[in-house]
Amino acid sequence: MKFIYDATLTYAYTMVMLRYTNFESGELVLTSHRFLWGRPGDISRGLTCLSLSLRHIVFFEEEVPGPFSFGRSKKIIIHLSESPVDKMPGPLDNSIYNYIKFSFKEGLDPNFHTHLSDTIMRRVWEFTPIMPLNHPDSNTKNSGDINKPLPQIKTRTGIIGIERSLQEQQKATDESISMAFQDLKKLMEVAKDMVSISKTISAKIRVILDKITLPLQERQGDITEDETVRFKSYLMSLGIDDPVTRDAYKSSNEYFKQLAIQLANILEEPIKEVGGMMTLTDVYCRVNRARGLELLSPEDLLNASRQLASLSLPIVLRVFDSGVMVLQSRSHDDNAIVDVIAELIKERGSLTAEEFAQSEGISVLLARERLLVTEKRGRASRDDTIEALRFYPNLFLEKDD
Amino acid sequence: MAEIEWPWQYSFPPFFTLQPHSDTRAKQLAAWKSLILEYYRITKQAIVDIREVHSSPLFNNSAINRILFRQDNGKLSSEAILLILEELAKSGNASPLDKTKQRWLIYWHTLEEWGEIIYNWAQDNGFIGSVCTLFELTQGEDTTHQEFYGLDTEVLIRALKTLEANKKAELILFDDNQGVKFF
Repeated sequence: MKFIYDATLTYAYTMVMLRYTNFESGELVLTSHRFLWGRPGDISRGLTCLSLSLRHIVFFEEEVPGPFSFGRSKKIIIHLSESPVDKMPGPLDNSIYNYIKFSFKEGLDPNFHTHLSDTIMRRVWEFTPIMPLNHPDSNTKNSGDINKPLPQIKTRTGIIGIERSLQEQQKATDESISMAFQDLKKLMEVAKDMVSISKTISAKIRVILDKITLPLQERQGDITEDETVRFKSYLMSLGIDDPVTRDAYKSSNEYFKQLAIQLANILEEPIKEVGGMMTLTDVYCRVNRARGLELLSPEDLLNASRQLASLSLPIVLRVFDSGVMVLQSRSHDDNAIVDVIAELIKERGSLTAEEFAQSEGISVLLARERLLVTEKRGRASRDDTIEALRFYPNLFLEKDD
Repeated sequence: MAEIEWPWQYSFPPFFTLQPHSDTRAKQLAAWKSLILEYYRITKQAIVDIREVHSSPLFNNSAINRILFRQDNGKLSSEAILLILEELAKSGNASPLDKTKQRWLIYWHTLEEWGEIIYNWAQDNGFIGSVCTLFELTQGEDTTHQEFYGLDTEVLIRALKTLEANKKAELILFDDNQGVKFF
């Protein structure tokens, strides 16, 4: 039998006592054997609390409010027998009173009175031997309304008590951590599924690609050339359908070669669009964006780019004197570009890298490199001031004086 | 003092930036050399002080706001002007006056040329075997139409020393009396 009352408890303990105590604002639990008192929530968590065995109770009564008392709290006085000689130390060393008083500031369940008297009348503790203290719930008997076992109640005094509570806290932490890891395991299981799904999709696309790239006569005839082209363009716009990855190749040399071929395939058009030249940083961003998950490291990209020239692919790596690296289409002709730039400079009178970049829609870095190439060919001269590096027509060489 | 006629390069901003392209730079330096010599010839000056070139219209074209002295990270860089002066020194048209190469003498004729010019004048005017003061040479009435009229004394002495080395003249240098005897 168990009742939990939200109650403020004025409590004086031990067999001969009474005193106004500081045990206030707690919970009082009535079991078949004992009274338990603890701070709110402490009892259900199994933390330290006070206990008073019911067998010490001689009788109890409700305090009749005196003419001068205007408090609304109900008070129950419990008269206790003399303390046994072998009594363990209680919360107070001694007391001159032989009763304790419960004060229920926030009202009292009207049934409490009956339950208490019933419990005392039954004297369950006389029929069943008192179980070891750490299994009190095994003998909280019956009465049908027990649906939860009472949490373990232990005597907690001294260093042992502190150690025990620390241990328990540790255990609780362990449990919550392992709970969290269970969640993580589940997530990883799901992730495995996700990976396998994406692999199947990739494989399916490859099958379709193989089909549509079969020679004409072997094709099943249901896909026209137009459709093939369109489908391919869809795939391209989605990204790289089948990125070259390191795992697929035994030697890194072969890997870089294949990577270079793929770079050439995907970048030839974009590079033409931006004027025949793209910085390696831009290339890096573009390629990795297209690859999605199978990201390239900068080193791999650089190594693959170095292979471009030897594979006679449509794009090549070019390193400017400044160290800036670009991929440029093989057909890119410096002379032609230089001519164009020299003309442009003449037209404008002078040109900075920023102006050039703006008018050509290329990056400032590239614009600068191109102007420097033009200068290197003796087709421009520089005017280096605090404001900007400005390029002029090379009048030193062009003007005959 | 005659007005100098500035060459086209003077108003061409890249003229004031040292060009990295070697052919271009060669042309640029040649243009600077002839401009400097021309300027010093016309203004009859002889000394370049690198610390003061920003006040010289030669190196500072305020019309296009360009100066041969380039502001490099907030520090004045005399790299370009020093390079040009070294070039002038190579052809015997300049020499540093101090070890830090801050002050330079500019010779729009090389010292040998000056020596020859002066010796020719002395021959033509019958001064061989007689003594002229340096003041007479550069400020005197007899030389007003000569090229070395108004020539810097230091340059003059150095030019005469080349004659001395060839036994064509002897310098007589006392505290206040500076003269030369032609042979």
